[in-house]
Parts: sequence; structure tokens; C-alpha cells
Amino acid sequence: MSDTLLFALEAAANGLTAGVMYALVALGFVLIFKASGIFNFSQGVMALFAALTLVGLQSGQIPFSHLINAIFGTRLHYFGWSLPTLVAIAGTVLVMVAFAWLVERYIFRHLVNQEPIILFMATIGLAYFLEGFGDLMWGAEVKRLDVGIPQGMSLAVDEATFNWFGYGFYMDTLELWAALIAAILVAGLVIFSQYTKQGRALRAVADDHQAALSVGISLRFIWVMVWTLAGIVALVAGMMWGAKSGVQFSLSLIALKALPVLILGGFTSIPGAIVGGLIIGVGEKLFDFFMGPLIGGATENWFAYMLALVFLLFRPQGLFGEKIIERV
Amino acid sequence: MKMTRLTAALAVTMTAAAPAIAESLFLPNMSYRTGPFAPGGIPFADGYADYFTLINERDGGIGGVPIRYSECETAYNTERGVECYQALRGENPLVLQPLSTGITYQLIPRTMQDGIPMHTMGYGRTSAVNGEVFNWTFNYPANYWDGASVIINYLLEENDGSLDDKKIVLLYHNSAYGREPIPTLTRLSERLGYELLTIGVDSPGQEQGSQWLQIRRERPDYVIMWGWGVMNSTAVQEAANIRFPMENFIGVWWSGSQQDVLPAGEAAHGYKALAMHGTGTDYPVYEDLQQYVYDRGLEAGTGDEIGTVLYSRGMYAAMLAVEAARTAQEIHGVANITPAMMRDGMANLVITEERMAELGLPDFGPPFEVSCQNHGGSGQAMIQQWDAHAGEWNLITDWIEPDRELIMEMVMEDSLAYAAENDIEPACLN
Repeated sequence: MSDTLLFALEAAANGLTAGVMYALVALGFVLIFKASGIFNFSQGVMALFAALTLVGLQSGQIPFSHLINAIFGTRLHYFGWSLPTLVAIAGTVLVMVAFAWLVERYIFRHLVNQEPIILFMATIGLAYFLEGFGDLMWGAEVKRLDVGIPQGMSLAVDEATFNWFGYGFYMDTLELWAALIAAILVAGLVIFSQYTKQGRALRAVADDHQAALSVGISLRFIWVMVWTLAGIVALVAGMMWGAKSGVQFSLSLIALKALPVLILGGFTSIPGAIVGGLIIGVGEKLFDFFMGPLIGGATENWFAYMLALVFLLFRPQGLFGEKIIERV
Repeated sequence: MKMTRLTAALAVTMTAAAPAIAESLFLPNMSYRTGPFAPGGIPFADGYADYFTLINERDGGIGGVPIRYSECETAYNTERGVECYQALRGENPLVLQPLSTGITYQLIPRTMQDGIPMHTMGYGRTSAVNGEVFNWTFNYPANYWDGASVIINYLLEENDGSLDDKKIVLLYHNSAYGREPIPTLTRLSERLGYELLTIGVDSPGQEQGSQWLQIRRERPDYVIMWGWGVMNSTAVQEAANIRFPMENFIGVWWSGSQQDVLPAGEAAHGYKALAMHGTGTDYPVYEDLQQYVYDRGLEAGTGDEIGTVLYSRGMYAAMLAVEAARTAQEIHGVANITPAMMRDGMANLVITEERMAELGLPDFGPPFEVSCQNHGGSGQAMIQQWDAHAGEWNLITDWIEPDRELIMEMVMEDSLAYAAENDIEPACLN
């Protein structure tokens, strides 16, 4: 096998795992859009906030310490203890549940029956509020996140590919773990939506709000539930991306990686988010491999959007999205 | 996002003593405490503010005139930086510190027109070294081209004076900032015989999978990084992931702070970066800062950034502003100087080893002189290396000289081209 082909295969394999990382972010968007028709602009910031909260709980950081110190002239930063990772994750999930309840209670309850663009604008406001709130609560400095997932080159992949091709592929262990976690997450979401009472209620609301309301399903409960699920997905995405490059405010920009994935996979399909992520991941890596050296590199950011645009021309609803037919 | 006692104290001073504003020296900061690049902007702004507070509290200001300090938030965004400039220019700022190459490029023609000095320490437009073209912009003590040349000179030293047949990758932030060293490294590659490969990373730089796969395939001897923000920490982690030898990975001074290496933990051990000044709290000036600023609760930030690389850089920038203001006061014989007088102070700034020691910062920065023709300073820098076990940067070289001849040649080419494009007649201002 030629070197070029081997390198291209390596790039494609890395594209698959990178695609899973993008899909993790896209999943949160899909969940909320499917259940409520809201395009949640704040999904990236939710991932950041969840990761900040996780690190804060893990390291025993005092919330709002900067504010407390500024007002009272104290020098408080840490409680002096740290929490085991699993306990900190559980604590973060509770925070995201509280966040979901607050979002429903103080924002969306007042916006029922409003135009989708109003709801979208509300999520933009929410994103900026949450970013500032996260800064105030946990500080803006870069934080290291260690949740016990190994990082670095996977020796197993390196050895196996070396034995097969005479060239060891590089794959990041963290991204392989992310793929596994994403698979478990998707399986969990599918089981939840297919086999539980709440999941069926969620699907009913997604299909037809009015009909769901008429059979006694509480829209408020469903919205709290779906924002909680999106919060948990945001936590997983924040954990993976935070472990990769530290927890810092640019983490919120990972949402930009999810948009082309959504255009490609469709806004209402969980499998679509996964497949869209994989196509974007592989596509951008292969494009960068073949075309990058010819056009100066740094193609990943714009190529994903270009690919999504091409898809939009031929399939506006995405690969797995529902085709909306409106009769005039 | 930070509400500090210092800000409150300054606000009270400003409102209660309105007439005193006329008798103050306005030294604002175009800071960024929010947004994706805040982790770099906050410590710099804290160091900048704390030094001015020290001068006010200990000395009663510069030459007896208190410093009036304020911040305008740019979020490292060029448009917001220009808005800040529009808001600040009417207040006669003595010097502006944009802390962004993109903002600097936008402000160069504006500051020329409005007669406001700008200090772009270790960033901005490199050819602003030519003071006869860029009368109002100063980039002492070192610039990007100096930095690139210093790294190459260090590598020459490491390789017994020859880089022939070596392959060097430049991993750069795909922006005006990141592209600055390319001409220098290209010229030097032609002269020294090394192969240069440039690889761009789109902002913010959280995803660098393709770039590091390419680096793994190319097997370079060295990787030089021109990054900022999350790009730095991601690159250090990716380098560790592909097992690139950390001691052969060297960043510019904007890729050499604590937040660039801490997220990677032990994996960052051995990573190197340029240093244009010392770091840490082992300097006598910190005793005064402790007594007059920290103990009084007047520090600008939370206190946990004190002594870090970027805090030290902010403090150094403030110190250079104060020294330039003192020089301007001496030249013009007045304490309440104007921006034009400040420009004269900057153009005649002399920093000696003795003066640095007097200021409580012995060996913190290189000695240098600024002139009307040369706004660039000495261009020297050191190499520092990260010790992940101790959690500290260690200086591993003395000051290294850049290739001044080549850099001045390039500065003249670029600045004269700018002068021709903009109908500027190169000359010193009287």
C-alpha cells in the first residue's frame, strides 16, 4: 500500500473519532430542537458551564469567590477539600437539573406560543448570561480537567496497524473513549425515548404539541426533562473537550463545530447527528490532507460549512431530518 | 467581570475630585477580561493596573501627578478595540496598549492622525520599529521578527552553528499575528539552509488533529509555535500525544505562560518558549507591591495571578510607560504632560541595568535605548523551559541577540513600502 494511501487512511480514521466529538455537541441541539422546536444557541455555553462546574466541584473551588473577595476583601478561593470524580459528576448533573428547571420557569414558560425566532433570541440571551454567570461563579482562568480518561497515542491501534500495514496509525485514546461514551449515550437516549413512559411522552410532544397536551402530558415537565437531558449531553461534551485542551471560555465555541453537523444530519435526528458528525469529521480531515498543502492549510473550519452548504442545496432537511411539506 | 476595590477606589477618586482630573496622567488599558482569550488578558491587565496603583500609593504618581487608570473591554475583538479607541481618544490618553495585533493594525493610521502614542510590546506591526515612518507607534523591547530570529539563533547554538538539512515547522495562528514571523523564518531558511514548513491553525485553535498528523508525517526536527489562547494548550497536548520531543518544541512569548502548559499536566514537561522578561516574585519590587498594593487590598485581580508570566508582562509594560512619562517630564520640564510630550519621552527612553535595579527589577528585562529612528529596543530574548514537576518556568539561556542586520533590512523594506502606500514622508517629528 502506498504511503499516501496509508496517510489518507490514518487521516480518515482520525476524522471518524473527531466526528464523534462534534456529534457529542450536536446531540444536545437535536434533543431540544426535536422536543420544542427551539434552536438552542446556548448549547456550547452549557457545555462550558457544565465543565466549569465539574472542575469547580472536583477541586473544591468556592463558587463566586471572586465576587465575595471583591466585596468583603477576603482571600477565599478553595474549601480545602476535593471531590472524587464520580461524585463531582453527580453534583454537576444536579446543577444542570436545577439549570433546566430555572430555564423553564423563568424563560420559556413565559414564551409559550411565541414565534421560533423569539425563542431563538431568548437562547442567545441565555448564552451570554450563562457565559458571564460561569465567569462570575468559577473564574476565567484556564483549568485542568482530569476525569481519569487516558490521553495520548493508542498503543493498541499503533501496534495493530503496524502489523497490518507496516505503519502505525496515530489515534488519540481520549477520542476513542469519547466514541465509546457517545455510543453508550446514544443507546441510553434511544432506550429512554422508546421504552420509558417519560420518553414516550417526549416523543409525543415532539410529534405534536397540541395533541400531547390534549392527552394530559405536561409540557412544562417535558421541557425541564429535555433541557436536563441536553445539560447532561453538554456535560459529556464539556468533559471530553475540556480534558483535551483544558476548561477555558473558548470551549463555548465548540458549538460552531456542531452547526454543519446539524445541517448535514438534520435537526431532529439523533442518528443524524452521529452520521453527520462522522461525515464532517472524515470529510474535513481528508480535504485537509489532500488539499491543505496546496491552498495553505487551515481548511477545517470553513470546509465543514462548505460541505454542509452543498448538502443544503440537495437535501435542505438534512440526511435524516423530517421533510416538511406545507400545502398552500 | 471583575469588580475590584481598586476600581471602586478609582471611581470615588474620579467623582469626588473632579478638578483633579486635569492634574492627572491618563493611562488607560484596552484590556480583555471576557471572551475566549480572557485567560491571557486578565493577568496582563492585573499586572498593568497593579504597577500604576503602586506608583500612585507609594510615590503619589509620576513626578507628583497621580495616574488616572481605566480599562476598556475589547474582548480581543478588533471592532471592539476600535470602538474603545474612539471612546478613549477624546480623553487624551498618554499611551495606548491595545494588546492585540489585529487592533494595532487598525489603530496605527488613527493614532498617527490623532497624535496618540501607542506601545505594542512584543506584538503588533513589526516594521513599526522604523520611527521615521511610524512616529506614534513603539514596539520596544522586542518584536516578532526579533523573536523568530532569536529562536533560530538558539537552535544554531544547540546544533553547533549549523541548521543545514534540518526541518523546522512553524505552527501558527492563522491571523495577522500568526503570520508575522513567516518572512523572517523564510529569509533565514534561505540563508541557513534549513527546510521551513508552515502550518496554519484557524482561530481559536481547539481542533488541531490534522495539523499534528501532518507534523507526525513530516517528522520535523523542531516545531516553532506562534499561538495564542487555547491554541497553545491544545498544541502542547497534541505534541505530547504524538510523542513529539518537548525540548524541540519552542513557542513565542505569547505561547509561554502558565495557562499554556498547565492543562497538559506532566505531558508539558520540557516545553520551551521565548521570554522577553523575567517572571516570578523574586524581585524587590514585589516587597513594595505587597506593602502598598496587596496588603491594602488594592490589587486589580484576585491575587492568584501575581508573579505569573503574563502578570509580569503587564507590570513590565506599565513600568516602561511610567519611565517614558518620567523621561517626558524631564525633557519638557512639566509634570502634567500631553500625549505629544509622552511620545518624546518614549522616543528618548533609556533603560539601563542600573535603572532596572533601582526600580526593584534587577535583570528583569534587557537594557535598551529608544530613538526617534528606532522604536524597537534591543530585540533580545531568553529561552525558558517548563518544569512540570515543580510547576515553574526556568530560564535556560542568557539574553540572546537577534540577527539585527537582517531584521533592520526587512524593517526598512516593509516600512518604506507602507510609507509609499500612505504618502508618508519618513522623518523624525520635532
